[in-house]
Amino acid sequence: MLKMIGQRLMTTIPSIIGVIIVTFLLTRVLPGDTAAYFAGPAASPQAIAEIRGKLGLDQPLPVQFVSYVTALLKGDLGQSLTTGQPVTRDIAARLPASAELTLAGLILAMAVALPLGVLAAVKQGSWIDHLCRIVATAGVSLPVFFTGLLLVYVFYFLLGWSPAPLGRLDVFASEPPGVTGFLLIDMLLARDLEGFRAAFSQLILPAVTLAIFSLAPITRMTRASMLAVLGADFVRTARASGLTNGKVIGTYAFRNAMLPVVTTLGMVFSFLLGANVLVEKVFAWPGIGSYAVEALIASDYAPIQGFVLTMAVMYVALNLMIDVLYGVIDPRVRLEG
Amino acid sequence: MTSPPLLDIKNLTVEFATRRGAVQAVKSIDIQVAKGETVAIVGESGSGKSVTSYAVVRILDRAGRVAEGAISFSGIDLVTADEAQMRDLRGREISMIFQNPRAALNPIRKVGRQIEDVLLQHVQATRATAREKAIEALTKVKIARPEERYDAYPFELSGGMCQRVVIALALACQPQLLIADEPTTGLDVTTQKAVMDLIVELTRERGMSTILITHDLGLAAAYCDRVVVMEKGKVVETAAAADIFRNPQHPYTRKLMQATPRIGMSLADLLPDAPKGPPAEAKAPQVTPAGAEPLMRVENLVKAYPRPSAGSFLAKFTGKVEPEKAAFRAVDGISFTLARGETLGLVGESGCGKSTTSMMITRLIDPSGGRIVFDGADIGAIPAKSFAVSPMRRRIQMVFQDPTDSLNPRFTAERAIADPILRMGGISGRDALRARCEELARLVGLPVELIDRFPHQLSGGQKARVGIARAIALDPDLVILDEPTAALDVSVQAVVLNLLEELKGRLGMSYLFVSHDLNVVRLLCDRVIVMKTGAIVEEGTAEAVLGNPQAAYTRELLTAIPHPPM
Repeated sequence: MLKMIGQRLMTTIPSIIGVIIVTFLLTRVLPGDTAAYFAGPAASPQAIAEIRGKLGLDQPLPVQFVSYVTALLKGDLGQSLTTGQPVTRDIAARLPASAELTLAGLILAMAVALPLGVLAAVKQGSWIDHLCRIVATAGVSLPVFFTGLLLVYVFYFLLGWSPAPLGRLDVFASEPPGVTGFLLIDMLLARDLEGFRAAFSQLILPAVTLAIFSLAPITRMTRASMLAVLGADFVRTARASGLTNGKVIGTYAFRNAMLPVVTTLGMVFSFLLGANVLVEKVFAWPGIGSYAVEALIASDYAPIQGFVLTMAVMYVALNLMIDVLYGVIDPRVRLEG
Repeated sequence: MTSPPLLDIKNLTVEFATRRGAVQAVKSIDIQVAKGETVAIVGESGSGKSVTSYAVVRILDRAGRVAEGAISFSGIDLVTADEAQMRDLRGREISMIFQNPRAALNPIRKVGRQIEDVLLQHVQATRATAREKAIEALTKVKIARPEERYDAYPFELSGGMCQRVVIALALACQPQLLIADEPTTGLDVTTQKAVMDLIVELTRERGMSTILITHDLGLAAAYCDRVVVMEKGKVVETAAAADIFRNPQHPYTRKLMQATPRIGMSLADLLPDAPKGPPAEAKAPQVTPAGAEPLMRVENLVKAYPRPSAGSFLAKFTGKVEPEKAAFRAVDGISFTLARGETLGLVGESGCGKSTTSMMITRLIDPSGGRIVFDGADIGAIPAKSFAVSPMRRRIQMVFQDPTDSLNPRFTAERAIADPILRMGGISGRDALRARCEELARLVGLPVELIDRFPHQLSGGQKARVGIARAIALDPDLVILDEPTAALDVSVQAVVLNLLEELKGRLGMSYLFVSHDLNVVRLLCDRVIVMKTGAIVEEGTAEAVLGNPQAAYTRELLTAIPHPPM
């Protein structure tokens, strides 16, 4: 198994190198001049040129690339001009926020989607099957900013059940010592139950928003793959040997049906992680998506490069995890690995 | 029969709800199985034989239901029994084994665990003794090294081995009745014999009753006490196995028997309205005189596949050289010739390399070594990729095994037949093309009004005809037939084989006929090559090889074929 992981990591090296080159070039060909942006609208051409020289932007591209890669090898992603902080620190602060939100949303979605998909397949054509279809269609056709705003309107404005949608913690709660960066876990580690509740109530609405959106692919995939497996010969054998319905569906059908679902989960997760900018904006969530968009608007190279690279590495790690999980579920994959 | 039968099916009707209303798959049938008796239910596809058995165990799919009748199993009415009661009966009192054993096992669960599941369900073992009992069940079906096999997954076992596991699973709880639904279809003849012998031995030993569902009359007669013949949902004849062969009463039984290829008959004898002539008159060899250049000469043909090496990527990266493992030779240096107008049979069990050989000759894969000389040109030297556009392509065509899978489901029969013509040219203009397709359809006996239909609207035999029409559309010199009738019912097979023989004579083609069915090969082929593990073990005229086999392996193959008592 370790050997397989090592081999998989080796094969990702070329794609990471590719990502480094492409992001570097793309940020350079994007319209917009960083120096002009930071010098301000009233700056003289001289001042702009001075800033450009200070940033190293007057150097030829290959020289800029070499200095970028040299810094990268030292673990330095450069300095963000908008926040004035090293990009590594910015990302380290914001990635856990996004990851916590996405993970919470995904777990919530799975908790609803997997049973719903299984039930829809087992009782095909029943009301639960139709419910499954309606939920999935509605969830995916409502844009996330709309569901987000709707939830805020109902639960904050009308009912007053949830706190103001202003970030990960309300102003009165104190930050826990950052161990994992996941507020819920850090609060528990610090034995701060009050803080845990505060963080949880902030998290719940954006997480539900994401969950509603990601319900559709997971439910549909679970249903389709369960249907295929329930029609398989070995399920018939299991039934003919008198196994209980629970055993047949749980042990025999569900585990086999999980294979394509796991792939879908991985795709949904990596997609959400970078793409939930709108949710982060609606809930003033200090996540990595909104960070990257702000940097992009300001033509701030370093954070964009850092963001894309982080995402690429995350993607690789995630795919590796899925492959390992596949091997755990399916012995046939283990052999080929 | 003094004691009441173990299983008593009375007036059973099974209906399926379809979009066009209810369809009766089984129509008021009566079948009795006595204790310790082995009964075969024989019929072609669509006869309702499997549906009957599913109704007994009540695992019909959602759309099916028992519309009428009663099924009584040692006094219990299975039609009205509640689900919990049925669950206790399934696996413990009535067990089933299925066709395609590998698919019948959960692919991601250890086979031992699957046997344990059944044992635990029926309280035949506790958690503590389950493993031991599962291994015991594996031992009983004569699986070598059962402790090791307990931890195996189905994909690690051969087809015959998987069927043994399925049998172990079915017999683990000592049921009284075993229903075997086409248990050996898709297995090699020698494996079939081993599996059937095992089933009979185990069920006799325990005094069990068995229902064998099969399309193979020979198999039914060789292993069963009584035979029930079904046609289109009805039981048409029930008789003792010995009697049904000597004296079949119903016309359908006679037709079925006649269509089953046997020793001492000619191709035409398979057809129902064939005149009863003297059997097996020696076929006049149409082979070209000696000394003439054969149509195809295969010399020392090899196909080797590299074995996967262990640390491939890292090893390459670090420059570590591993000792090269010997490549697996699927075809290991075979040579033979094929004369003009000849039908050459290529026979062997799965894994013997016969399909690989036919693929190389069809030029779909590249040989690793040797020459394929076709009409004087070494076509083996043309890479498979560029052979598709070579002018030789139209001279070598193929009929594939599965008539359904080898047709594009979105093409009409006409489009499928026209496909090679469109690709290799020859005819231009819609009307000319249409005329040619209709001509080909008439040639293969496909009603012309059917050529606008899609594959799913055609029967198996009609689809086989489309496949043949497509292969002969370009007037090839050589047609490779890869088990063209393996997926067909015997009566359809009889017609298709006769059609192939007739077409060969009329169009002056040569055939390479790849098959595992020795009885079919005997009827159709002039000469036969027997292959085993990539090499030729015996070669000669069909009469000589199959009538008086020299190699031990050929004899083994021949004795494994179930022979009806004649």
